[in-house]
Order: sequence, then structure tokens, then C-alpha cells
Amino acid sequence: MTAGSLTYVYAVARHSVALAEATHAVTGVTGSPVHLVTPARHRALVAVAGLVPEDDFREAALRRHLEDLDWLEALARAHDRVVEATAAHTTVLPLRLATVYLDDDRVRAVLDDRHDLLLDALEQLDGHVELGVKIYLDVASDSPPQAAPAPDPSLSPGRAYLRHRRAEQDVRTAAHLAAERAAERVEAIARTYAVRRARHRIQEGELATGPGTNVSNDAYLVPTAHADAFLTEVTQSADGLSGIHVDVTGPWAPYSFATLPDLDEDAP
Amino acid sequence: MNPPDAVPARSGNPLPQRQVALIDLLDRLLSGGVVLTGDLVLSIADIDLVRISLRALIVSISEQNPSPWPGAGPGRSTGTP
Repeated sequence: MTAGSLTYVYAVARHSVALAEATHAVTGVTGSPVHLVTPARHRALVAVAGLVPEDDFREAALRRHLEDLDWLEALARAHDRVVEATAAHTTVLPLRLATVYLDDDRVRAVLDDRHDLLLDALEQLDGHVELGVKIYLDVASDSPPQAAPAPDPSLSPGRAYLRHRRAEQDVRTAAHLAAERAAERVEAIARTYAVRRARHRIQEGELATGPGTNVSNDAYLVPTAHADAFLTEVTQSADGLSGIHVDVTGPWAPYSFATLPDLDEDAP
Repeated sequence: MNPPDAVPARSGNPLPQRQVALIDLLDRLLSGGVVLTGDLVLSIADIDLVRISLRALIVSISEQNPSPWPGAGPGRSTGTP
């Protein structure tokens, strides 16, 4: 029955009956059910896993699929759905997208092998959520003149152009200063509430649909008890500043903070 | 060849509260999450390659620099206006 299947692992968590029941009802990647894999020796941890078709998840096929944005989106949303369902019940340690093993036994071996590190990582994330904070300039970085004022007829075309460029530049400079001010405010709020920060790359390209130009894209690990206060204060961090806006996302499962200490499997 | 799951319709309208933006999700899924090595079908080097290639795609697709893969043509509503 499992012939032609591989084991896709979404996350690691501590074992609990409630988790087993909760994940049972969730649909994972390729619409397949989710099951828990318990290690052979250490019974405290489980891997939240599902079977996926070998044809789609073998190296070559997977690599090809991952460059199809629709396929990638479906995979990402299914992965997130399972991670979120797990996070609703217990502290979750999300795994990198598309972590695939040959079978459940291989997963058991890895859980046993990394047991202490995984448990430590879970403990560090206990009682925390991830919140995303992005700062945007409302002006596009290379915006064509928008609502350009009617050119002063007394100016030569050259001078009118230069005056217009300078006005644009002033708007842009002011917005940059406002963005810096907002970033300082966010940092101050983070010093009060957050315990860790991760920087993501600036969002650009086709998928960056938000209005304006993204100038910072950070994630913060915040104790759950402070999440509302953090969210409220950060949302207000652009108050009184013009030309920018601040976008808060989350709470997320702690994707940006799910790391293990370097094991240096290829260290000298 | 089937996608892993039904692709949610992308309307271009503001997304419902819990429908997170794909780019925010990919920021996390492609650079975050524990990397468990040891027995990956994809070797870690392969994963890095995939990630790099994806990132390049994600940031470089625009009307001036259209999608290099088939099936991602018009119809997607996330492009530049």
C-alpha cells in the first residue's frame, strides 16, 4: 500500500494524544492524511508526517515541480496548514519545506539521532509566536511622475523637468527618513517585547503585491502573552509619519526561528 | 504531475484574514524551518540549489522579465499593475 510513497515531514512536536487527534483530521500535501511518527527509543517527540507519491517527490520530479509556482504555492499552503494545525495544540518545530524521507523508519532514526537537539529547540520556542513586520515606502522606487503638477508655462521644458525631479526627490528623501524613524520605533518596541529577530530579504518581484516599496522585512519571536501589545504598538509605529506604512503579519508558527545548532555534518 | 493540492483562487482582492500572502509564507518556508539532514532524498546541496533557483524566480519575474516556466502565464493576478 505504501509502495511508491515517500514520507514528507512537516514538523516535529512533543507527543500528545490531543495532537494525534488534531492532526488526524488535517489534510496535508497532495491531499494525503497526516500521521504521527514516533521514534523507536525516545517517545517524547513525534514527527508530523504524511505519505506523498514518490513520482512527484523524487529528486528530479521535485526539483522540476518546485519551479512551477502554482505547484509550489499548493505545497507551501498545505505545509503551512499542517504546521498551523499542530501549533494550535502544542509547540511546533516546523521543518524546511519539502523535507522528504524514504519511509517512516528513516524518520524514526533521525528523531532518535537528534532527540536532544530537537527537544531543546522546542523548549526555546515554548510560549512564543512569530510576528512579521514590514516597512514600506509609499512611493515606488522608480515611480513615474504621479499626479505631476501642471508644468509652469513660464519655465523652459528643461527647468520644468529639473524642478519636477527635485520635488520627487524631496518626497522620496522625506519618506526614507520617515521609514528610518519607524524602524527605530519598531526596534524600541521589540526591545520591550521580543526575544529574537530574524531578517528576511526585501520583498520584490512578481509576488510582492503590496502597495509601495518594501524597505525592511523582519520577523520577531514574541512571548505569546505579549503578542497583542507588540502587534498594537507596531501597528501604531507609523503614526504621524507620512510617505510610509508598516505592515504586521502573523502570528506565525515560529518558522524563522526554527533552527538547530550547527551539527557540522561536513565539518573537518 | 498533479499539484499537491487545489490551488486557492487568487482574486487580487484583499485576502481574507487567514489567507496569508504567498510571498510572506515563502520567505519563511524557503529560508526558515529546521533543516534535518541525514537522510533527505534531496541532498542538502540540492535543496540549496532549489532554493536559490526559486528565489531567483520569485524576485525576477516581471513583465519585462517574463516567467521562464510554462503554465504560469497571464491569469496570475499578482503581477505588477
